[in-house]
Amino acid sequence: MAPDLLLTARNLTKKFGDFTAVDGIDVEVRKGEAFGFLGPNGAGKSSTMRMVGAVSPVTSGELRIFGLDPETHAQQIKARLGNCPQKDLLDEELSVEENLWVYGRFFGLSKAEVRERATELLEFAQLTERRADKVEHLSGGMKRRLVIARSLINNPELLLLDEPTTGLDPQARHILWDRLFRLKRQGVTLIITTHYMDEAEQLCDRLVVMDKGAIAAEGSPKDLIARYSTREVVEVRFDADDHGAFADSLSGIGERMEVLPDRILLYADDGDAATAAIADRGIDTLSTLVRRSTLEDVFLHLTGRTLID
Amino acid sequence: MLGYALWRFVLLRDVLAFKRMWWLFLSGFVEPVFYLFSIGIGLGALVNDVTTDQGMVISYAAFVAPAMLAASAMNGSIADTTYNFFAKLKFSKTYDTMLATPARPWDVAIGEILWSLIRGGVYSAIFFVVALAMGFVRSWWAVLAIPAALLIGAAFAGVGMWATTYMRSWKDFEFVTLVIQPMFLFSATFFPLAVYPESLQWLVKVMPLYHGVELQRGLLLGDMHGGLVVSVLYLVVLCALGLWGASRRISRLLLT
Amino acid sequence: MSEDLSSLSAEAPPAARHPGASRLSAGARRPLGWVERVGVLVAYHWVLFKRTFHGALVSRFLLPVLFLASMGLGVGSLVDESSGGVDGVPYLIYVVPGLVMVTAMNVGVGEATWPVMGFIKWNEFYRAMLHTPHRVLDVLLAHWVMIAFNVLISAGAFMVVAALFGGVDSWWSLLALPVAVLVGMAFATPLFVVGAKAANDSIYSAVFRLVITPLMLFSGAFFPIENLPFWMQPVAWATPLWHGVELGRAAFLGGPVPDLWAVHVGVLVAYTLVGAWFSVRAVRDRLVA
Ligand SMILES: Nc1ncnc2c1ncn2[C@@H]1O[C@H](COP(=O)(O)OP(=O)(O)OP(=O)(O)O)[C@@H](O)[C@H]1O
Ligand SMILES: [Mg+2]
Repeated sequence: MAPDLLLTARNLTKKFGDFTAVDGIDVEVRKGEAFGFLGPNGAGKSSTMRMVGAVSPVTSGELRIFGLDPETHAQQIKARLGNCPQKDLLDEELSVEENLWVYGRFFGLSKAEVRERATELLEFAQLTERRADKVEHLSGGMKRRLVIARSLINNPELLLLDEPTTGLDPQARHILWDRLFRLKRQGVTLIITTHYMDEAEQLCDRLVVMDKGAIAAEGSPKDLIARYSTREVVEVRFDADDHGAFADSLSGIGERMEVLPDRILLYADDGDAATAAIADRGIDTLSTLVRRSTLEDVFLHLTGRTLID
Repeated sequence: MLGYALWRFVLLRDVLAFKRMWWLFLSGFVEPVFYLFSIGIGLGALVNDVTTDQGMVISYAAFVAPAMLAASAMNGSIADTTYNFFAKLKFSKTYDTMLATPARPWDVAIGEILWSLIRGGVYSAIFFVVALAMGFVRSWWAVLAIPAALLIGAAFAGVGMWATTYMRSWKDFEFVTLVIQPMFLFSATFFPLAVYPESLQWLVKVMPLYHGVELQRGLLLGDMHGGLVVSVLYLVVLCALGLWGASRRISRLLLT
Repeated sequence: MSEDLSSLSAEAPPAARHPGASRLSAGARRPLGWVERVGVLVAYHWVLFKRTFHGALVSRFLLPVLFLASMGLGVGSLVDESSGGVDGVPYLIYVVPGLVMVTAMNVGVGEATWPVMGFIKWNEFYRAMLHTPHRVLDVLLAHWVMIAFNVLISAGAFMVVAALFGGVDSWWSLLALPVAVLVGMAFATPLFVVGAKAANDSIYSAVFRLVITPLMLFSGAFFPIENLPFWMQPVAWATPLWHGVELGRAAFLGGPVPDLWAVHVGVLVAYTLVGAWFSVRAVRDRLVA
C-alpha cells in the first residue's frame, strides 16, 4: 500500500447479530488530511470509528491502520492513535489534570512526560484554571474539551474525533476548530464524525456521506456541493401547515425542488432570479431566503431526508 | 388541606414499584431467618441454655429469636428510609416530580414511612410464623409482637429519614452502618446484658434497639415486667421525635 | 506492510530525554511489556485506593472488629461457660480464623460488585482503558491485583486487632493471609461476570441477601458445619468460604496440615480461575462488541 495512506478500508462491515451497522464501506485516508464521516443518527459512524480505533472487531472486509491489521496489532495501533469517543468516559471522581495524567500513564509515558504534556494540553483546551477541579463539577462542554485534550496525550499521529463539538457552545466550537486546524498543520491526521454541516465544511478536506451503514457519496465539500446541488438555494415559506400544496405553483422555477414540512427548497444557480420568478407568478409567500448551497442540501438530495430532524 | 391525604399517591407509587421487584422486596425476610438458624441453632448447639436478664432459663435459639424479630423491624425500616429514600431524593428525582403535583413534603414523608412499615410488618409476620413453627413463641402475649415490631419500625423510620436529610453523598452512609451494625451486635441480641461489665451496661441500655429486643423478648417468652413500660415509652418518644425532625427537614430540603 | 516492531524499539534514540520518549514520537512506538501494562493500570487503581481508602475504613476494619467483640467475646463467653469452647479451644480462638475469611470474602465481594458496575456501565472507564494499548485481560488483571491487595491489608489489619484481643496465638497464623487472598479472589472474579452481564445493580441486593449472607453464616466460620442438618453440609463443601475457613483454622491452630489441604486450595483456585475466564469473556462481549 502507498506509504502515505494511514487508513484503508475495503468492504468494511460491522454486524451486531443480524443487524448490519456498517455495510461494506471503502475508505482511504491519507497522511495529513482531515477526513469526515457525515451522517444522521444511526448511520454507522461510531461503529466505524470504533473499528478504526481498534476497540471493536471487524465483522468482515479489510481494515488497515498505519498499515497494521487491528485484529493482530491492536496494541501497536492504539499506541499511535488518539481517540475521542462519542461518550466522554471520564473518571468524574478525579480532577481534570489527574484524568490526563492517569490516561497518559496508560500509554506507558513517564510521569515527567505526562505532566509536561498535561500542562500543554490544559492550555490547549483552555482548562488551566480548572485543572484541580473534580471533573464531576465541569460543564458538559468543558468535559468535552477535556476528552479532546486527553485524546492528544500520547501525541497521536491519527486523531479520531467522534462528534467532537456536540454540546459545545458556538464560541467553544470555533475555538476548537481553530485548534484542530493547528493540529492538522502540525501533520496530525484527523478523522471526524459529525452531523453538523458547517463543521464538516470547515474542517474536512474530504468526506463521505454515510446513511444506513453505507456510503452515499464521497469527495471534498466543494465537490459534493457542485455535484449534488446548485450554487444557491431559495428557502420559501408559506403561511400554511401543508407546504406540499404549494409545490405545483412553484414548479419550473430553479432546477429542482425539495418539499419539507415547514418550507420548500428551490435549487437554482441564481437565487435572486428564482425569487423574482416567484414574485412574477404573484405567489403569496411568508418569506423567501436566498442562501448558498451547503452539505445539508447534498445530504437531502442523496437521501431524501434532512440530517437533523 | 390535610383532606387531600396525598400521601396515598406516594404510597401507591411504592406499591407499583414493588410489583416490578416483588421478589427482591419479599426476600428481605430471609436475613433474620438465616441468622436464627445459624447463630441461634447452629452456634446455639454449643451454648445450650442461657439465663435472660430477667432470670429465665431458655434455649439459646429461643433467646436469639425475639432479638431477630426486633432487628429485622429495624433493618427493614432503616433500608427504606435511608438508602432507598436517599436514592429517590437525589437520583431518580421521584419527589421533585411528585411535588410538582399538589402533594406536599409532609405527604412524601408519611407515604414513605407507611410503606416502610408495611414492608417491615410483612417481614415481621413471616419471621413470626417461622419462630412460631419452631416453638420459640411461648406466650399469648406474643399476639402483640407484630404491633411491637411496627412500633420499632416507626421509631427507626422517622429517625432514619431525619438523618438522611443531612446526607450529602453515598459516602455518608458509612455513618448509618456505623450506628446500625454495633446496635445489631450489642443490644443484648446475641448475649444477655449480664455478660457485659457493669460499666458498659448503661451504654447498651441507651440504644433504642435494646428496648426493641427487650420488648419482643418479653412478649414472645411471656415474661412481662415493669421495664417493658420504659421500653415502650422510649420507642414512642423516639418515634415522635423522628417524625417531628423528619417533617421539618424535608420541607426545607424539597421546597428549595 | 512489513514493519518489524521489535527491531524498531532497538532503533529508538538511545539517550532520549525521558526513558519512554519513543512512546511520543511518530512511527511505531516502544511497546509496553506485559508487566508494564498491568502495572500502569494498577497505578490508576492505586490512585483511586488512596482516594477512597478512608471512606471504607468503617466497613473494612471496624465492622469485622465489632463482629469479633460480639461473637468472639460476647457469645464466646456463653460458649466457653457452657461447653468449654469448641474442639478444645476457647471460642475466641475458634472464631478468629472464621472471621478473617469472612472479612476476606466481604472485601472481595465489595470490591467486585458496585465498583465493577461503575467501570463497565456507569462511568465506563474500562472503555477508556481499552482505547489505550490494553486488552480486556490487562484491564481485569490490574483490577484483580488491586482487589487482592485490598483483601490482604483488610485481613491483615483484622489479624492484628484479633491478636490484641488475644485471638491469635501462633505465628503459623500468618499462613492464613494467602488463604484469605484466595478466598477474596474466589468470590471476586465470578462476580465480575455478574457486573458485565447484569442490566442494573439491583441484582447485587439479591446476591448479598441470598448468597453472601447465608455463606457467611453457614460456612463453618462461627460453628462447625457438623452442627448443621446433614443435607446442608454438602452445600458448605461446595462454597469457597468453607474451604478457606478450614485452611485458615488449621493455620491459626498451628495444628497438623489438613489431609485435604490440596483439595481446599484447589477449590479456591478453581473458583478464581473459572471466574476469571468467564469474566474476561463477559467483559469482552460487553465492551468490545
Ligand atoms: N453494541 C451494539 N449492539 C447492537 N447494535 C448496535 C451497537 N452499537 C451500535 N449499534 C447499532 O448500530 C447502528 C449504528 O450505530 P452507530 O452508533 O454507529 O451510529 P452513529 O452513526 O454513530 O449515530 P449517532 O449520530 O447517533 O452517534 C445503530 O442502529 C445502533 O443501534
Ligand atoms: Mg455516533
